[in-house]
Amino acid sequence: MRVTFPHMGSLYIPLTALLQTLGVEVVVPPPSSKRTLTLGSKYGPEFACLPLKLNLGNFIEASELGADTVVMAGGCGPCRFGYYAQIEQAILKDLGYELQFIVLEPPERHISELLTKIRHIAGRSSWWQIVQAIRFGYRKALAVDEIERSALFSRPREKVPGSTDDALRRALEMIRNAATPGELPAAREYALALMDEVAVDINRPVLKVGVVGEIYTLLEPFANLYLERHLGKLGVEVDRSIYLSGWVNEHLFYGLARGIGSGKKAREASSPYLRHFVGGHGQETIGEAVLYARRGYDGIIQVFPFTCMPEIVAESILPDISKDYGTHSLTLIMDENTGEAGMVTRLEAFTDLLARKKETKEAL
Amino acid sequence: MPVKVGIPRALLYYYYYPLWKTFFEGLGAQVILSSPSTKGILTDGLRFAVDEICLPVKLAFGHVLDLIGKVDYIFLPRLISIRRNEYICPKFLGLPDMVRRLAGIPPLIDVNVNRYRGDNELCQVIKEVGRLFTRNNFKIWLTCRRSLKVQKHYFRLLQLGLMPAEALAVLENRVKNEPLAAPGKITVALLGHPYNIYDPFINMNIIGRLRAMGANVITAENLQEQTVVSYAARLPKKLFWTLGQRMIGAALHYLERSDVNGMIHVAAFGCGPDSMTGELIERRARAAGMPFLNLTLDEHTGEAGIITRLEAFLDMVRWKTAGTVEVI
Repeated sequence: MRVTFPHMGSLYIPLTALLQTLGVEVVVPPPSSKRTLTLGSKYGPEFACLPLKLNLGNFIEASELGADTVVMAGGCGPCRFGYYAQIEQAILKDLGYELQFIVLEPPERHISELLTKIRHIAGRSSWWQIVQAIRFGYRKALAVDEIERSALFSRPREKVPGSTDDALRRALEMIRNAATPGELPAAREYALALMDEVAVDINRPVLKVGVVGEIYTLLEPFANLYLERHLGKLGVEVDRSIYLSGWVNEHLFYGLARGIGSGKKAREASSPYLRHFVGGHGQETIGEAVLYARRGYDGIIQVFPFTCMPEIVAESILPDISKDYGTHSLTLIMDENTGEAGMVTRLEAFTDLLARKKETKEAL
Repeated sequence: MPVKVGIPRALLYYYYYPLWKTFFEGLGAQVILSSPSTKGILTDGLRFAVDEICLPVKLAFGHVLDLIGKVDYIFLPRLISIRRNEYICPKFLGLPDMVRRLAGIPPLIDVNVNRYRGDNELCQVIKEVGRLFTRNNFKIWLTCRRSLKVQKHYFRLLQLGLMPAEALAVLENRVKNEPLAAPGKITVALLGHPYNIYDPFINMNIIGRLRAMGANVITAENLQEQTVVSYAARLPKKLFWTLGQRMIGAALHYLERSDVNGMIHVAAFGCGPDSMTGELIERRARAAGMPFLNLTLDEHTGEAGIITRLEAFLDMVRWKTAGTVEVI
């Protein structure tokens, strides 16, 4: 069994660690690229959302590298993500790719459905080993998040352009190479030290922008056309509303470790704008936007893939929040036709607007 | 003067109007429908809805705007789930919140209709709505029972092969005594969300056109609930959208029926569930050798384009039925 999985930002680091600890052979798909997207949008349904197309591309590329099994998460609606696996499987089958799908999702009837699937992946490992492997993966996810958070801080303040991204790449590589739980703490220390070594100008004035929206486009830099990097270059300190570990916590652990993420706080803040969950992260998007506005952020950027249903609901409501709190919001919608230059122009205009407003406010 | 309750002629109006109407009128309210869809209503909706949202919701915005100033309440329930363990669509879940901030909007009756975990909540909701008009719980209960009966009658009429507009005409006793049109030689299954296929404006009167071109039209609503559910159960995983499940179940059923000659899937541009169910139906139709047409509707869809495609499709169906061409 050669297992592969879809890419979502740095998800491959903890997931590879988890699977390898269980003695599973892992085929990491090549990083999402133009080719991945082209393959995905060629074979995927026209109006399916971007993550489906990228997943499909990932699977095709991984299959070319010899993968024969796909492990991915599922769901039970109302967001389309819950039916991804079934659609992708049907498409791949018609294309002649022999891939077996193991979909981890809330069981329809009994918890044993889920346990059987985990057993299938884990092979002969004991349940204790499985728990240890999950803990190892989760700790890697936490380390990755720490590193990315530190990159968000130093990018707008870096003295040498590009030095943050350079350090980030090397730091992530460090975490990735930690092969056992014992090696991880040292790797983490070293990686964080690498990030601290980036020369920053601490007094440089920066704009603060909160980024909200759909989880996949937030976490996968290829899907959001390296939004955080562009914003950093424009002197914006980005605060991301969702991190990998939070997502893993809520979706892959099926609430076993609930209470750690900030999801609940965001959902509470979403009232009275959006009084009911709308699937996906729609309600969290609204809630996070309210929280950012309350904390006095200069602006809010919402990112989501074209035709994403929950986020469209959120998009309709976002202007009300901007109006009530006197903040600004920008919505960026990603699909296979979105151009990077067009997005950068919009970001430049948006940051100009925010900077001017901040200047006037400070002058008063 | 009775309280005026406005019902937008959009979205699930096509399923539940008889129920809603009987219920509100039984409680002494006056029910006011928004005008039938027109270019003007759509244009109004387009002005206030975000660009990315699907056409039916844009049209629903228009219908809500049409009711402003004419009514005391707008009935816009938050339809979360109408069957156990299934959902409608995220946009239905957020609809009341999306229109709440429109200027001049009267109070919304935006109760949650949620049968995801069973019916317990529903009784509470019915009482909550009823309490707006009367304090007599017994009267609410009686009215509710009567409206459910009318609704059952309506569904039965649909299952006899009537279209919603015709079934409503029967319920409201305004059927003209005319001879029935001669049945067409071919039968086409028309699949899509009810608010797309039954609104003659949004789909350029597709049912009327197909009939005029000599085809009988059957839809998912002409099937019994059990039939649809049992066919949909053949999917590898239960589909969690009630309307999508209805479409797929009907498609799988019609693919097996020898009296169905072709299949048309009507999708709205940007519709999430349609992008998935459409894909599944298309793959199965191709495998079964059924002539298949996928029509995507948006606010720019041109009438001439639709007609051309329908004509071409029906030609293909006729040739195939006559055995002159092979459909791959």
